[in-house]
Parts: sequence; C-alpha cells; structure tokens
Amino acid sequence: MRYLDEFSDPDLARRLLDQIHAAATRPWALMEVCGGQTHSIIRHGIDQLLPKGVEMIHGPGCPVCVTPLETIDKALAIAAQPGVIFCSFGDMLRVPGSGRDLFAVKSAGADVRVVYSPLDALTIARENPDKQVVFFGIGFETTAPANAMTVHQAERLGVGNFSLLVSHVLVPPAIAAIMESPRCRVQAFLAAGHVCSVMGTGEYPPLAAKYRVPIVVTGFEPLDILEGIRQTVVQLEAGRHEVGNAYPRAVPAEGNPVARAMLAEVFEVTDRTWRGIGMIPGSGWRLAPRYRPFDAEHRFAVTGIHTEESSLCRSGEVLQGLIKPHQCAAFGKQCTPRNPLGATMVSSEGACAAYYAYRRLDLVSIS
Amino acid sequence: MCLAVPGRVISITEADGTTMAEVDFGGVRKSVCLQYVPDAAVGEYVVVHVGFAIQRLDERSARETLENFERLGILKEEFR
Amino acid sequence: MTAGLDFEGWSCPLPLRDTPAVVMGHGGGGAMSGDLIEHLFLPGYGSAAPAGSGRSDCAVVTVGGTRIALSTDSFVVKPMFFPGGSIGDLAVNGTVNDLAMAGATPLYLSAAFILQEGTAMTELGRVAEAMGAAARAAGVQLVTGDTKVVDNGSGDGVYITTTGVGAVPEGADIHPGRAAAGDAVLISGDIGVHGVAVLSCREGLEFGTTVASDTAALHGLVAAMLATGADLHVLRDPTRGGVAASLNEIARAGHVGVDLVERDLPVPAEVRDACSLLGLDPLQVANEGKLIAFVPAESADDVLAAMRAHPLGAGSRRIGACVAEHPGMVVARTALGGTRVVPLPIGEQLPRIC
Repeated sequence: MRYLDEFSDPDLARRLLDQIHAAATRPWALMEVCGGQTHSIIRHGIDQLLPKGVEMIHGPGCPVCVTPLETIDKALAIAAQPGVIFCSFGDMLRVPGSGRDLFAVKSAGADVRVVYSPLDALTIARENPDKQVVFFGIGFETTAPANAMTVHQAERLGVGNFSLLVSHVLVPPAIAAIMESPRCRVQAFLAAGHVCSVMGTGEYPPLAAKYRVPIVVTGFEPLDILEGIRQTVVQLEAGRHEVGNAYPRAVPAEGNPVARAMLAEVFEVTDRTWRGIGMIPGSGWRLAPRYRPFDAEHRFAVTGIHTEESSLCRSGEVLQGLIKPHQCAAFGKQCTPRNPLGATMVSSEGACAAYYAYRRLDLVSIS
Repeated sequence: MCLAVPGRVISITEADGTTMAEVDFGGVRKSVCLQYVPDAAVGEYVVVHVGFAIQRLDERSARETLENFERLGILKEEFR
Repeated sequence: MTAGLDFEGWSCPLPLRDTPAVVMGHGGGGAMSGDLIEHLFLPGYGSAAPAGSGRSDCAVVTVGGTRIALSTDSFVVKPMFFPGGSIGDLAVNGTVNDLAMAGATPLYLSAAFILQEGTAMTELGRVAEAMGAAARAAGVQLVTGDTKVVDNGSGDGVYITTTGVGAVPEGADIHPGRAAAGDAVLISGDIGVHGVAVLSCREGLEFGTTVASDTAALHGLVAAMLATGADLHVLRDPTRGGVAASLNEIARAGHVGVDLVERDLPVPAEVRDACSLLGLDPLQVANEGKLIAFVPAESADDVLAAMRAHPLGAGSRRIGACVAEHPGMVVARTALGGTRVVPLPIGEQLPRIC
C-alpha cells in the first residue's frame, strides 16, 4: 500500500539503525505509549536491532488492555439480555470479564457481532428497529471521533434503539500518571501518532517541560518507529526535552479541528479506572449530558456492577513499564492469550500477548 | 492502539446528510466517512481508522521524510 | 523468572476443561481446535482411536492389503457464495485436497447436507451444480450422500460434509511426522487469497476487492511432484489458520523447528493491504488451493521445477527450511533482520481494529 510500503524499506531502516547506534552513548529507557507501536516493534524485531542499552518499555496504549474489568462485566451483562444485538470491534470479544468473555456469552445464545466501524452498528440498529443495538465504544482519542460521530448521527436520525457503552481513555493524563509513579524509569516517550492525528501536539509541551522528558510523536511503520527512536535518543544525548514530530505526514500540530469540535460536543472528561493500573483522574471521556440517553450503562441499568481484578496478574506493573511481561510469574503459565488473566495479555496489541506471540524463542534462549 | 491506514479517495457521495467516500487501499476498497476531513478531494490520500478518515495524509511531507532518510544514509557513507 | 521458563510447558498451556461450552474458536483450526481433539475427542474415543498416529486431516488405512486414504470435512462457510467460488467448490476440493496431501489419488466422495428450512431451491441448486463441476474437474465421483433438514434458526443455510476415499500409490509415505531437519519448505503460490475473498463479503466487514478464492483440487499438482521421484516428506494444504497453523502443526508433529524467511513469502499486494486494513496476519489467513511441501533439500530444485510447470503451482517458491533448533516452533526472519515467533493461531481470526 502506498505510504505504508515505503516506510518499511529495509535499506533505509538499516541507515536509521546506524544513526541510532552512532548517537547512543549511554543506556536509555524509552516508552512507546501505543500498543500498535509495541506490536510493530516486536513483529519486525526492531528491539533486537537497537543498541544494547536502548530499552523499549511497552506502555499502556492498548485500549482493549486497559478497558476496566468492570466495564467488560457490564458489556457481558448487556449482551446477555434478550432483544439485544451487541456490536464490538473484534479485539474485544476475547477480553475476559469475571470468568467469561463475549464469545462465551455468544455461545450461550446472545447476539454478539463483530463490526469494522461503529457506523456499521448504527446500520444494524436501523435495520432492526425491534432490537436494542449496543456498540462497545472503547478506544483512545483516535477512535473517539468515530464513536462521537455515530452517536451524533443516531441522535440526528432519531435512531432510538442505538446506544453506546463508553469507555474512552486519554493519553496525556496517562503519561502524567506514569511519570508521577515513584518507580518510574521512563526517560522519554514515543507519543502515539494517530492519537495526535486527531488531537494535535499541543497537549505535550507542558508534559515535556514538567517532567523533563523528550516526547516524540511517532508513526507505526518500521521506519517511523526507528525515526521516533532516533529523534528521542538524539534529544536525550543532548540533554534536551522537547516535543518532536517524527510523523508529520499524518500529524499537523493542530490535529483535526473538526474532529476535536465533535469530541467536545459529544463527550466530557471523567475520571477513568485503567485495568491493571487503577484510577487516573481526568483520563477518560463519557457522553455529555445531552447524549446521555444514548448511554448503554443507563439504558440497561448496569451501573450497579462492581468487580475486582485477579491478584495473580501483574499487568498493572507491565503497563507502567515497571516489569517486562515475562517477569510476571503467571506469564505463559496460568496466563496465556487463550486464557488471559489480565489486561496486557488480552489484546493482540497488549504487551504480554505481543511477547507471548513473538518473543518466546528469545526468552527461552536468554534463560 | 488505533490501526489507521492511508488510502486514496476515489469518489465522494452524500448519504443521510453524511459525506462518505469510496477509498482505495492499494486495490482494496472501502466506504469511509469523510465528515472529519470535509475538504479532502478525489485523488488525495486520507488516514482511515475504523471507517473514518481522521486526517489527510500530507504527501509532500511523506516525500520529505523519505528524502531525509536517504540523506541520513549518504552522510553516513561520507563519514566512513 | 526468566531463568525458570519451562520450554515444554509453553506449547499447550491450558486444558480444555476450563471452557465450559463450545465457542466459535473451537472451529477455527488453531490451538483451540487442537485442544478439543486432544482433551475431549481422543479421550472420549479411548481405545477406539488409533494410538500415536498423530493428528492428520487424512488417515491412511489398509483394507484387504490395499492402502487407501480416508478423509472427511464439514463446510459451514458464510457467505455460501463468494468471489471465485462457493461452499460447493470447497466441499469437493477441500476433501480432495485432504486426500491429496497423503499423496493419494482421490476416487470417490460422499456428500451429506444439513439444510435449514427456507433455503431457496435456486441457491441449493447452484451449490449442487458447483459440486458437480468441481468433481468433474477433479476426476472424482460423488457416489453416495444424505440430506437432513433442520428448523429455521437451527442451522444457517447449507452445511455440507464430504467424505472421500483415495488410492495411495506404492511407496508414498507422506505425513507431518516425517518433517526432518534439513528439509526445504516450499509453497505452491500466493497466500491468503481465499480468506481475503471470503472476508470481503462477510457481513459487517464488506470491502471491495478483485481478489477471488483460489479454491482448486491439488491432486494433479501432487502427482506431478511425486513423478519427480523425490521422497516427499510432508504435504499440507494451509486452510483454516493459514500457513501459520499448518507450519506449527508440522513442527510439533515432526519435533522440528521451522525457519521462515519473511521476505520470500508470496503475499499478493491486495492480500497484504486487506490485512493491513483489518489488522490481520497474512500467515493466518486461509488458503483453499495451495500446498506446503517439506522435501529433502537435495530434491527441492527438482520438485520446485515440477511444481512451477503445473498450472496450479506456477507461483511456487521456497519459503524456508526445517531445522533441528527450537523444535515445535516456527520462527520468521523479518525483512529488517530481526526474528519473531510465528504463533499457532488461537481460534478464529478477529479483525484487529484498535
């Protein structure tokens, strides 16, 4: 695909790697915030090619991973109700709530459907006026505009049988929370490119200044990631802590003003519990009062559901970059992609699942 | 998070008061909501996530980035 | 923790009994399907199952001194008609190919139908015609069958089970257990085509594409490969779970490692792009007209030449090698020069959006 393939070129990747090797004189701990970047790093073996001291810490940037257990349980409860068509992105179907997942609810007779876009769920709602159609609206700032537009359309077109189970999360408060953590080792961030395509880069200079960390907006193809790492290392070596943009083709400084206006209309900031991490103040979006009638939590009266996470699982520490996935005792044993105990093993983008899938060989040879 | 891929706008239509586009991803075509990049024109590239164009792809910037990468390599060669 | 990793413990970490009911993933051809066989069917069959024969899509049995291949397969594809074929084509070619992967010459098929009431006769007629055409093309006869009808809502259109028998030529001993370090790993052409064609018209995911299913009967290609006189070790058609599932199964059955060279994998641009769009791995996407072959390195060139001379093998190429290291695992060398493990898919492949 044009503008993907060119950014995977092995020769140019080699040149960027040479530059990184030449620039890095000391060990550095960088965090890629986004799960898509984690996936790309491990899938292409990029971390194996970096200078020995340059360590990639995998961040909490997979929305599937960090969706609170409680929200999953609410989704399962809603999906199990008669007359409901529950629509979701594919990623969420295997996410376990307390004891079961959406696949299990489906096998018990619920109508659970995978869709590509929330607009597909809206179409299903219009085609099934006698059913309640619920879309599982998860995601970071990248996905929120799609869900916002869908709710907006539902209201405009009067699709009263549509609702959204919302659990949006926001990147900048998470970066702040990571830096505030007493055990934090992160010295620089690769910011999530597509989040910034929507939100722009304006939220990051205060964070870079306050925590004295370079933050480089980074894309997802191998060359994009290498360039993000290169810019970050160059800054670190020079003692700078600025906001850089290694993904300018998709990230203008102002982001997408049209999308941001829609987000401001449809959502309002709320505190959000991140699975495996805990509550981060002001780190989520929920529907604004005007759109509350489309909030599935209220429509299906599941607000009373409260659940707790497995004590065995250390995904919180993984998500905060405090331990690597394989340092958890349950990793690969009680906790596998097929039977995940925690958030990071859940999604194919979760750090543990990425390790499990792609790095087992290395882990074995290390031991 | 957020798998988003660049595609080329093939045609633009209105449906239920919403601007939609047929977008080509190297031969694979998908109907995409264009509400968030209303000024994208046929032939231009947009970045698509879950059926929504969330940003235009700046082709000039993409070329410049690649040219910079090429130059990095040449500089390196000269140092040798 | 890193010091104490149990290598063996990783391959099959969880018993099936943790799953109280059947879920879609059990039919995905990946690890969950394998669990079902290992932890439920084989124990249930007890002594009625052959010991230590390993799992294969095709059994070779001896009847009255003659070796015959026997295979059965059910087809539940949704939608029934897709670019390049239909459930009827798959029902014939799928079983023919399972026989062919044992080196057998397919001879006879049975076909059993489970029909949902309300299914249009015209649709069923089109399926039957597709089966007839595919059987004629493959040179097999549909000799017996059965039809059952279930209530509206108890089924979904047309389900077909075909069973096939074939004659195994003298000397052919082709099964996953024979994979050996040093074997060359070959593939007969572009991967991921069938899966992308079916996904393109699946409800909720529809996208436009010119990709059409590669469904085809492969026994002619296999015959051409056998005619080289090479000692073919393993043949496999990478259907559900794709190349990743097939290679993992072979690696486990043969207690060998498989090293892939990612750059050499024949992934058509449109398949790659559709996978990029949906967040899928082309290695996990289904094929219906391709085969993987493990052959001794010294005969690889001869076999490749014979494959390329056959219309269904024109795009054949070497994609890797079988090694003694990392037994049971498939490892790909990435284009950038790193490595990654190619995992056995878990269950159904899900579009990855976020």
